[in-house]
Amino acid sequence: MADIVDSRYKIIDQAMRKLGYEKSALLEVLHIAQETFGYLDRDALKFIAKRLKAPYSKVYGVATFYHRFTLKPQGKHTLVVCLGTACYIKGAKEILAALETRFAIKVTQTTNDNLLSLLSARCVGSCSIAPVMICDNKTYGKLTIDETLEKIEEILS
Amino acid sequence: MITSLLELEELANCKRCDEASIVEELRVCIGSSCVSRGADEIEKNLKTAIENKGLQNRCRVKGVGCSGLCANGTLVSHYKNSTKENTLYEEIILDDVDALVASIEEQKSYSLKVCDTNQLFFTKQTKIVLENAGIIDPNDIEDYIAHGGYATLFHVLHEMMPVDVINEVKISGLRGRGGGGFPTGQKWESVYKVQSDQKYIVCNGDEGDPGAFMDRALMEADPHKVLEGMIIAGFACEATKGYIYVRAEYPIAVEKINRAIKQARKLGILGNQIAHSGFDFDIEVRLGGGAFVCGEATALIASIEGNRGNPRQKPPHLSDYGLWGEPTVLNNVETLANIPSILKNGGEWFKNIGTPTSTGTKIFALTGHIKNTGLVEVPMGITLRELIFEIGGGVSDGKALKAIQTGGPSGGCIPTQFLDLSIDYDSLKSVGTIMGSGGMIVIDESSNMVELAHFFMDFCKSASCGKCVPCRVGTTQLTLLLEKYIAKEATQANFELLKELSKVVKGTSLCGLGQTAPNPVLSTIRYFESEYLEGIKND
Repeated sequence: MADIVDSRYKIIDQAMRKLGYEKSALLEVLHIAQETFGYLDRDALKFIAKRLKAPYSKVYGVATFYHRFTLKPQGKHTLVVCLGTACYIKGAKEILAALETRFAIKVTQTTNDNLLSLLSARCVGSCSIAPVMICDNKTYGKLTIDETLEKIEEILS
Repeated sequence: MITSLLELEELANCKRCDEASIVEELRVCIGSSCVSRGADEIEKNLKTAIENKGLQNRCRVKGVGCSGLCANGTLVSHYKNSTKENTLYEEIILDDVDALVASIEEQKSYSLKVCDTNQLFFTKQTKIVLENAGIIDPNDIEDYIAHGGYATLFHVLHEMMPVDVINEVKISGLRGRGGGGFPTGQKWESVYKVQSDQKYIVCNGDEGDPGAFMDRALMEADPHKVLEGMIIAGFACEATKGYIYVRAEYPIAVEKINRAIKQARKLGILGNQIAHSGFDFDIEVRLGGGAFVCGEATALIASIEGNRGNPRQKPPHLSDYGLWGEPTVLNNVETLANIPSILKNGGEWFKNIGTPTSTGTKIFALTGHIKNTGLVEVPMGITLRELIFEIGGGVSDGKALKAIQTGGPSGGCIPTQFLDLSIDYDSLKSVGTIMGSGGMIVIDESSNMVELAHFFMDFCKSASCGKCVPCRVGTTQLTLLLEKYIAKEATQANFELLKELSKVVKGTSLCGLGQTAPNPVLSTIRYFESEYLEGIKND
C-alpha cells in the first residue's frame, strides 16, 4: 500500500475531498485517477478504496466493468480505432487489421518499445467522417489504410 | 442574478443592442466533426486575420454548434446583420482563411466555396430542437437568452402549475426520443403523483448506440436548451435535483454542459429560488464509463450511484423506485430539448407536426454509404425515400441501395421495398425494426448482411453485463453461430438453432439489451434469408 509520497495521489485525494468522500463518486474518482496516472494500478485502486471506505472488491469491480478504464499502463502514444457501425461498414476492420500487422500487436496491446498502444472503441460519435481514429486525443476522419499508416509513422517519428 | 421575466428580457435586449453594433458575423462550426478537421485552428486564424485587417469592429468571429452538413466540413457561415442574410461556406481549410477574410473586406462573397442552401438537404428540414444550432455560441448563456432562451422557463415558473405543464406535454403527444417511444407526459405524471420529499430528473446522454451522434451534437450546439427542458421537467414533477449522465467519450459535450451549468447558476437560473419563484433545482454532470448497457434505465441509475452498471428487474419502475430509491424521471437529451418549444408554442402546435401517433420532429444521424452524411431534423412521417435520396443526396459512389439500418444493435434493417414507408414509431415497428435514438445507417449493395448481423451481435456480446444467463451465454453462442455462416460452414440444423436461440434470448433476457440483441439477426433473416443460406455448406 502506497503512502502519499507520490504527489499524484494528492491530486486524487483532493478530488475525493471535493466530492465529499461519497461512495457514489467512485466513477468520478476513477476517471480522475486514470487521467492522472494514465491507467489504474492496484495501488491506486487500493488507495481509492481505503479513502472512500469501500471494499477493494467493489472498486476493482467497477474499474473492470467499464471499458473506459484500463488496468494496464499505456504506451507513449495511444491509438484508438473506432469500430462503430458507420466506421465498420466503411472499412475500419481492415484498417485495424493493417495496423495489427504493421506493428505486430493485437488490439489492446502495446508495442515492445512502449511507443504505441492500439485500442478500439465502440463509436466515438464522429460517424459523419467515418472511418475514424483517435490518436493522442486528436481525431482523424475519412481514412484509408494507406493514410492511416502514413499518419501513424508521422506521429511516431 | 435574474429574478423576473422583465430582467431576463432586459438582459436579452442589452445583448441584442451589443449585437446591433456588429455588422457581420463569421460563424465557424465547432462541432466534433468539424473540429477533427481543424475547425478550432480555422476559428483562431480567422480571428487573427480579421484583427490584422482591422475589421474586428465590423465582423466578429464566433464558434457555433453543428450546422448539419458534416460531410462538407469545415462549415463557416457569414451572417449580415442588416439584411439577416446568411451565406454558408463549405470545405473551408486553413488555406482559405486569407481569401475569405479578403472577400469580407471587399464586401464580396467568397464564391469558390459557397454552399447552396437551397438544396433539399436544407429546405426539407424542420428545425425545432436544432433551431439554435449553428447560430448561437454554445459557450455564451447571453446568446441563448438573446435568442429567446429561458423565457419559457420563467413563464412556466410564474404562470403555470405543475399539472398545467404536464397537461401541455400530454397534449403535445411527445414520445421518448431515446428509442422506446414512451409518452413523456405520462412518465412525468406518474412521478408527479408519487408523494416523496426527494425526486430526481435524470437526463440520459449516454449515447452508446454506435452510429448515432444526435445527442452529442445537441449538447455541443445548444446545452442551455437541454438545461431549460430539465428545469421545466423538475418543476412539473416537483423534483429538486437533476443529473446529466454523459459518455466520457464526449469530452467536448461534457465541457459545454459543465460550462452551461456554471453560467446558469451564476445568473440564478439554477440553484435555490429560481427566479424568486420558490422553486429550487440544481443539476450535476456524471460521466459514463463506456458501457452500452448503461443506456438501460436501471443500469444507468446504478452507474450514477457509483456501482457497476448492472440492470435490475422491473417493476418497481423508476417512477416509484429510481435513483437512491426515490421517484425518478429518466428522459433522453433530445426529449428534454423539445420541452421549451412545446411550452412556448403549446402542445397543440407540436401535435400538428408529424403524424397523429408520432408527433413533432426527429433528429437523425445520416451515416454510412450516403452522400450527405450529417445531422438532420425532419418531421415524423417523412418517408425513407425523401430522407435518403432527397435530403441525404442518395447513395455515395453511385452504388445501389441495399438496406437502411435503424435502431443500432437493438434495431433492424429495412430493405428497399419499404422506401416509401413513413418514418414513425409504429411503422418502423411493423417492419421489424425500431426508431431507436436516431442513428440511420445506409448500406449499399457491396455489404454482406450476415457480416453486419455478426457485427451487432459481437457488439452486444461485449456489451452484455453478464448478470443474466440468456444474454451472457446467448449472445456468445449467437456470435459463434454467425461466424459459421461467414466461414460458409454452417449446417441446416444451425439455421434452425439460430432462429430458435434468437427467440429464447429475446424472450428471456432481463433487460432491454438482451431482449433486443437478436433483432438485427431476425430482421436480416426476414429480408435477406438467401445470404444466410449461402453460408450453409452443401454436403
